[in-house]
Amino acid sequence: MLAKRICPCLDVAGGRVVKGRRFQSLSDQGDPVLLARRYADEGADELVFLDIEASLQGRGTMVDLVSRVARELFIPLTVGGGIRSESDIRLLLRAGADKVAIQSAAVGDPELVQRAATSFGSQCVVVAIDARRHQQGWEVFTHGARHPTGLDAVSWALDVEGRGAGELLVTSIDQDGVRRGYDLELTRAIADTVQIPVIASGGAGTPDDLLEVLTVGHADAALAASIFHSGDWTVAAVKDRLHAQGVVVRR
Amino acid sequence: MIGVIDYGGGNLASVGYALDRLGVEWVLVHRARDLDRVQSVVFPGVGSAGAAMTRLGAAGLDVALTGYLRSGRPYLGICLGLQLLFEESAEDGGACLGALEGRVVRLATPEKLPHVGWNTIELNGSGGALEGLDGEAFYFTHSYVVEPVSPTVVAARTTHGIPFVSAVAAGSVLGVQFHPERSGKAGLRLLANFAANCQRALADAG
Repeated sequence: MLAKRICPCLDVAGGRVVKGRRFQSLSDQGDPVLLARRYADEGADELVFLDIEASLQGRGTMVDLVSRVARELFIPLTVGGGIRSESDIRLLLRAGADKVAIQSAAVGDPELVQRAATSFGSQCVVVAIDARRHQQGWEVFTHGARHPTGLDAVSWALDVEGRGAGELLVTSIDQDGVRRGYDLELTRAIADTVQIPVIASGGAGTPDDLLEVLTVGHADAALAASIFHSGDWTVAAVKDRLHAQGVVVRR
Repeated sequence: MIGVIDYGGGNLASVGYALDRLGVEWVLVHRARDLDRVQSVVFPGVGSAGAAMTRLGAAGLDVALTGYLRSGRPYLGICLGLQLLFEESAEDGGACLGALEGRVVRLATPEKLPHVGWNTIELNGSGGALEGLDGEAFYFTHSYVVEPVSPTVVAARTTHGIPFVSAVAAGSVLGVQFHPERSGKAGLRLLANFAANCQRALADAG
């Protein structure tokens, strides 16, 4: 049976892992390669690297970091942040990324999703959706949660699925980095609408938060950062807890 | 020397990194004549079957690979490299290499597709290069699966809503639907087993 995935996320800026709260106030969390190795040893199912400066400052991506990690750790790597073109994607895949997460550029140029899926296969195209709760539903934001798009998150999820996205990475801007639990309703609304897998992101503070989003939230995978960076929980301890609650995980 | 098939569509970096880690010598195979220089082949593939067959054909690799597969030298097909062994794929409705009887169909599961993530394999018999890996989890990412005509080529099955064939073995040909190069220790073990089998085949031939 397919296991629910636990995906530690490393937000990278200036070659270091950083952590923000609600997309702001960054603090240093360490060396990305060391952290990646630790999480892989603990049983992480995938690693997600997000270049959080790239979208703001137009910098290139972190090809060098990806190749260093891919040479050493033989689990899937997803890379996002500032990906705007097929050549950005090709560069990252050649370096050893398995998937790329396209976010702002997908909103600006939705056909990029189609072109990427055609050129490289849907399996490597993750569309990242950052959404903020409104009175009714959720709105998609881009550029580090600063630009409202007017797009409804659930409709946008369906749209990019139709364009060939292989997975969705759904982040609640409201919950991001505050460790009070995922936005279960947002995750579930999208997971129940699309056929492709949904990775939930934003808000993990305790193993029970992951448990909830993987069960009540209908997520296929849970992304988490501070819960692991802080050292409060190891990936293995979270998986033990999930297993004890009847969730199928790889151990 | 292991030849890694490069038809311009696959993600080759991680296979190369995994073979490097195991200390196995390998070269990229771009065209038909490159196959003469290698004793075994790894074919990692992603994307759609039709696009891959078109690109293989343009490089003359479709005919060359068919000849290679008849020669009895070791072959490891990963994901699309497994699917292309069969006669035809429903993905683009096109012909594949036809080394094994059967076809490639969309997995008729009530669960989500693509089937992405870690899932376990159940060996059918001893498993050859899969020996010792019964019950291990591997990383999958696909929507289509192989349906071999002959049940004897089935090396392993996996369940995603319904059971499907996740590995085939026929003579020196091995094909896996999952990605050993992205499947941690279990994946490296499979690749090491395959490389050891290649060495043995070479010794037997010499």
